[in-house]
Amino acid sequence: MGELKELRLTINGKPYELKVKARTLLVELLRNELKLTGTKIGCLDSACGACTVHIDGKAVRSCSVLALQVNNREVTTIEGVADGDKLHPIQQAMIDHGAIECGFCTPGMVMSAKALLAENPDPTREEIREAIQGNLCADEGYVKYIEAIEIAAREMRGGK
Amino acid sequence: MIADFEYFAPKTVKEALSLLSQYKDAKIIAGGQSLLVILKQRLVTPEYLIDIKGIAALDYIKYDEGKGLRIGALTLHRAIEKSPVIKKHFGVLSEMEGNLATIQTRNWGTIGGNICHGDPAGDPAPVFIALKAKLKLARLGGERILDMEEFSKDYLEVALDPGEMLSEIQLPIPPPHTGVASEKLMVMKGDMGIVGAAVSITLSPRDGVCQDARIALSNCASTPLRAKKAEKVLIGKNINEGLLTKAGEVASEEVDPPADVHGSAEYRREMVKVFVRRAAIKALERARAA
Repeated sequence: MGELKELRLTINGKPYELKVKARTLLVELLRNELKLTGTKIGCLDSACGACTVHIDGKAVRSCSVLALQVNNREVTTIEGVADGDKLHPIQQAMIDHGAIECGFCTPGMVMSAKALLAENPDPTREEIREAIQGNLCADEGYVKYIEAIEIAAREMRGGK
Repeated sequence: MIADFEYFAPKTVKEALSLLSQYKDAKIIAGGQSLLVILKQRLVTPEYLIDIKGIAALDYIKYDEGKGLRIGALTLHRAIEKSPVIKKHFGVLSEMEGNLATIQTRNWGTIGGNICHGDPAGDPAPVFIALKAKLKLARLGGERILDMEEFSKDYLEVALDPGEMLSEIQLPIPPPHTGVASEKLMVMKGDMGIVGAAVSITLSPRDGVCQDARIALSNCASTPLRAKKAEKVLIGKNINEGLLTKAGEVASEEVDPPADVHGSAEYRREMVKVFVRRAAIKALERARAA
């Protein structure tokens, strides 16, 4: 009980070899152990999506995954989205379009949007809405986020 | 938050079953999308957690024109939602999955985990009951087949004997001229239904009379519930608007729904009428088009 278990994974392209308690949630590992605090905790209860990360490219709530379950997998967090100082088109579009108010839901929104556009580079508005259905925003949500994602998608397709 | 536990991650079904029979106070975790919620609340505090998410052998969707559909217990909701073969032959499952929680949940949660959790508000169970699904339950040295409708015992309690785990869900090919639909009352898309209804209608090819009907309800009792009296309203008859409405009314009398923050018992009873009717209308349209 409570003994540490081995965990090997890649986070944002970097390999990690860790020892964690079995009851550690992925979000706790990211934020508390690894100080990757870009991923936010909005509810801890699988309701808000602020904690959304990618596991093998798929959007998942990190508050609802035991850290040990991502053994040998690739995790991407919001910290892995920008290219150094150069923001990702999704991030840039959200800023330029005024989608961000308090910013708390934003990392989760970016991760959901990024997962969508990786699978579907030319989504309809309905598909964008569906993709961020699991990301709650208590401020302006959701029109500007949807529009920003549309703009980013167009940008990523080369402006078409 | 979560109480401490001893953790195992078996790679095969046999390993998992060994562990299950070895440790009495053990819970299986698959995607954890249901279990982690109650672990965090400390509603359950198992001493041992057997993590079966890594058992690749239980992640599959197999379709055969004769045998029907077989879904491995660890198949992701998202895989069922997006499966072309399921969309084509069991479209009601793709629809149900499309309204189940959110993409994030569906990307990690499994169909087996969902039905073994035994939440009467869960979406898949009534659809599986309507589709006459059978479950394969594995234990060391054997397995047994159980009808889906025998699986739920009580709120969050299913008919898994000690040492048993769900390995497969089996869906027979519905007879010709069968239509199946499911509808649920959601405030937000993805919510579990305040009430939900899954209806299957089979029509006679000769005269369009209803040969068979199944009506299964979610969140109307401590388990998913078959509204057998309501089914009898339709079986053997030429279904018309009036009968669909009557089926809804009879179903609402068969239920003993919970009262909670989402709705009173009275409200749920009213909504049973509406959603049985809606699902039945769609099922009938599909049966006629089939």
